[in-house]
Amino acid sequence: MSERSAAPPLLRLRGITKRFGDLVANDAIDLDLDAGEILALLGENGAGKTTLMSILFGQYVADAGTIEVGDGAGGLRPLPPGSPRSALDAGIGMVHQHFTLAANHSVLDNVTLGTEPLWSWRLDRRAARAKLRALIEETGLEVPLDRSCGSLSIGEQQRVELLKALYRDARVLILDEPTAVLTPQQSDRLFVTLRRLAVKGLGIVFISHKLDEVLALCRRVAVLRHGQKVLEVEAAGIDKARLAHAMVDRPVEMPTALPRPAGEPVLELAAVDVTAEPGREALTAIDLVVHAGEIQGIAGVSGNGQRSLAGLVAGTAQPTSGSMRLNGQPWPAGGPKALIRAGVGRIPEDRHRQGVVGDMTVWENLMLEGYDARACRRFGLLQLHHFRRKAKDLVQRFDIRCGDLEGPTRLLSGGNMQKLILARVLERQPRLILASQPTRGLDIGAVAAVHRHLLDARERGCAILLITEDLDELLQLADRVCVLYRGRLGSSRPRAEIDLARLGLEMAGQDSDRLPGAHAA
Amino acid sequence: MRLEPRQHVPPLLSVGAPIGAALLALAICAIPLALAGADVGRAYQLMLTGSLGSRFAVTETLTRAAPLILTGLAAAIAFRARLWNIGAEGQLYMGALAAVAVGTGAIPVPGFLLLPLVVVAGTLAGGLWMLGPTWLKVKLGVDEVVTTLLLNFVVLLFVGMMLEGPLQDPMSLGWPQSAPIVADASLPKLIERSRLHFGLVIALAAAVVTWLVVQRTRFGFELRAMGANPEAASFAGMDQSRVMLKVGLFSGAVAGLAGVGEVAGLRGYLTQDLSPGYGYAGIVVATLAQLGPLAVIAAAVFVAAVFVGADSMSRAIGVSSYIANLIVATALLTMLLAGLFTRYRISR
Repeated sequence: MSERSAAPPLLRLRGITKRFGDLVANDAIDLDLDAGEILALLGENGAGKTTLMSILFGQYVADAGTIEVGDGAGGLRPLPPGSPRSALDAGIGMVHQHFTLAANHSVLDNVTLGTEPLWSWRLDRRAARAKLRALIEETGLEVPLDRSCGSLSIGEQQRVELLKALYRDARVLILDEPTAVLTPQQSDRLFVTLRRLAVKGLGIVFISHKLDEVLALCRRVAVLRHGQKVLEVEAAGIDKARLAHAMVDRPVEMPTALPRPAGEPVLELAAVDVTAEPGREALTAIDLVVHAGEIQGIAGVSGNGQRSLAGLVAGTAQPTSGSMRLNGQPWPAGGPKALIRAGVGRIPEDRHRQGVVGDMTVWENLMLEGYDARACRRFGLLQLHHFRRKAKDLVQRFDIRCGDLEGPTRLLSGGNMQKLILARVLERQPRLILASQPTRGLDIGAVAAVHRHLLDARERGCAILLITEDLDELLQLADRVCVLYRGRLGSSRPRAEIDLARLGLEMAGQDSDRLPGAHAA
Repeated sequence: MRLEPRQHVPPLLSVGAPIGAALLALAICAIPLALAGADVGRAYQLMLTGSLGSRFAVTETLTRAAPLILTGLAAAIAFRARLWNIGAEGQLYMGALAAVAVGTGAIPVPGFLLLPLVVVAGTLAGGLWMLGPTWLKVKLGVDEVVTTLLLNFVVLLFVGMMLEGPLQDPMSLGWPQSAPIVADASLPKLIERSRLHFGLVIALAAAVVTWLVVQRTRFGFELRAMGANPEAASFAGMDQSRVMLKVGLFSGAVAGLAGVGEVAGLRGYLTQDLSPGYGYAGIVVATLAQLGPLAVIAAAVFVAAVFVGADSMSRAIGVSSYIANLIVATALLTMLLAGLFTRYRISR
C-alpha cells in the first residue's frame, strides 16, 4: 500500500456494519478503491462479499458506517445510503451474478432502460446508439445491438451488463462472481477487457472465490471471513496457500478419488431423444453408460440440456424416443416413486424448490422419501417416534447442523440443507445416484463433505452421474467426463486424458462462445 | 424498523396472538358501534351475555358452532393442500339433500340402521360433489375456485327443483319443503329443552379425526408436503393427482356432514334456507384457525358467539346485527396481523 497516498481514492468505505438478526454479515469493514486498480474481494460463500457490495450499490442500508465517493475533482463526498439511483449517479456500476436483462428487449433497449426520462415523448435512439457504438469501439465489448438479449450467449449477456454500467458513465465497476457462468476461454476474454478498462482509469471490484483468477487479474486482494476483513494485501508476492488460509480459518481437506475398477453397467441410455418444449431443453441422440463404482461427469454450461438429462434419470421426465435401462433391466415405469424403490438416489439441482419442503420440519424432510415404509405404521397411523429416532441418527451421522429436529428446514444453511438431502438419499443405499450441481453455492467445508459422501458411495460400488458446471469439481471427482452442448453429448473420456482448455472449447461448441439459444448471426 | 423472521416462536405467543387479535377486532369495532349511537360498553356486555351468559345462550352458540366446525374443517384441509374449495355451501346442501332422500322413511331398512345410513349418504354426497371439480382441476387444470363457487348456485337450484318435485312434502300445501326426517333417522338432542343436538359431538369428533389424518397418516404427510412445496413433493415421488382427489373427497365429505347435522339434528326437514352461509363462513373459520384442525373448534365457537351475541344485542338496543359481520371481518384482518407477528419480530 506504499504508492497509495496523495490522490484521494475513488471510493472509501469506513466501518460498514450490517446485521441480519443475530448474524453479523459485515463487521466494521474499511475498504478503499483507487482509480485504475482491480481489487479482488475474496471470501467463501456467506463471508459477506455480496452484502457489502449490495450496501455500496444502495440495495441494503448499513447499520453503521459511511461510504464516500470521489467527486471527480479531487474531493470526496458521502453517498446517500439505500438508493441505487444515487449510487448510479455517483458512477457506481454493478454487474450481478444473475443477470438483470429483459430477455425480449434488444441490447440497445436494455442498455438505455432507465436512463431516459419517463416523461419525454420519444426516446432519443439515435444519440443512444451513437454513444453505445463509441463505447463498444473503445472497450472492445462487441455485441449485436439489435438482437434481443434472450438470444445472446451467456458471455454476450455479460458484455451487455458491462456496457449497461459503462453507458451510465460508471467509474467504479463491481462484478459479482463474473466467471461463475463462463468457460475458461470466455473468462480469459473478460480479463483482457477488465484490464483495458482499468488502464482507462476505472476502479474495479472483482468478487470471487477462485484464487487462481484473482491472482492473475487483480492488483490488490481483500479477504472477508465471517463478515470481517481479515486480510488486505498487494497481489504481487502472495501465494495461494496464504490466501486460502485467510479465507477459511480451518484446514479443509479436500477428498480425492482413488482409482478403482468399474463394475457392471448400472445406467444405460441408448439413442435417447427429448424434444424441446417450453420449459424443457432438447436432448438429441444421447448414448451414455454409467458403471457401478464409477463417477461419470457431465460438463457444460447450464441450459444445454442438463435439466432434461437430470429429469430423465430422476423420473420426472420421459424420453421422446430411445431406451433407458437400469441394472440391465428395463427402466422402471411409474415416476420418482418407482425409481426410489429401485435404488436410484436423486440430488436435485435446486435444493429449495425440489429438494426440501422448507416449511416442514427437519425430521419430516429427512423422511420425505421414506415416510411410507410399512414398518413405520401401526393401525394406519405413522409411528412418529420411529421417524424422529431415525432422523436424529441421520443428523448425527451426516453432521447436519440444525437447531433442533422440529425447526423448519428453510432456516438451514445451504450446506446443511444439502447434507440433509444427501442423508436422505444415501440412507437408502442407492445403486445409482444422480447428483445435479451438488455443490452449487456451498462453502468450502460443505463442498468437501458432499464430495466425501459421493466418493464413499462410489467406493461402495454405487454408480454416480454427476452433472456440474464446476470444472474443478469434475476433475476432482469424475472417473470419466463428457461434455453436454446444445443437447448433444460428446464422447466420454477418462479423467487422465482431460485437458482443461479442450474441455472449455467443447463446452462452448468448439470455436466461439456462442451458447444455447444463439442462432448464427 | 424492519421485520425479521423468528427462529423460534414462543409458545405463549402462539396462543396469545389469536386471543389478542380477537380483542383488537372488538376494540376496532367499538368505533362503528359508537357511530351507530350505542353505548359501546353496554353493547359488548349484551353481546357477551347473549352468547355465553346463560344456559340458553351457550347452547345456542354451540348449536351454531357445530356446522361451522365442519365447514371450517372442510376449508382447512383443502387449503392445506392448496385446493381452494369455495364450495362447502353447495356440499353442505348436497349432504342435506342425501340425508333427506334416505331419512324420510321411503327406504325399508331396520330402524337402527337408518341413522348410520343417513350419515353415510350425506357424507358421500358432499364428498362426491367435490370430487368433480377436483377431477377437473387435476386432469384439465380447470380453476377450482370458479367451479366450486359456481356449483354452489347449481346446487341451490337443484335443491329447489327437488323440493318442488320428488322430495316435496305432500303435507306442505305447495310450500318448497321436504318431508320430515323420521324419528329413527334423527340425531338425538344433547340437552333437554334446548336446540343443541348430537351434531356437535360429530363435529368435535371430525375435528380430532381430521387432526389425526393431517398429522399422523401417510395421506396427511403427503398433503402437507404438497401444500407447502408441490414441486419437492412430486420430486420425492408423491402422486399429486391422487392426493388432490383424496383431499377433495375428504373436504366435501366433511361439508356434507354439516348438512346432515342441520337437517337430521336441528330442522328435521330440508328447505332452501337451511344454511345462512355456513359454507362461506367456514372459510373465515379456517383462516382464523390458521388451518389447524383443532384450532377450528375455537374459531368456530368464536364466530358463532359473535353472531348469536350480536343478534341478542340487536334485539335489546336496536343496533343492526350486521355488526357481527363487521366484527368477524375485522377479526380476520387482525388475525393476519397476529400471524405476521408470530412469524416475525420487529427489530430496529
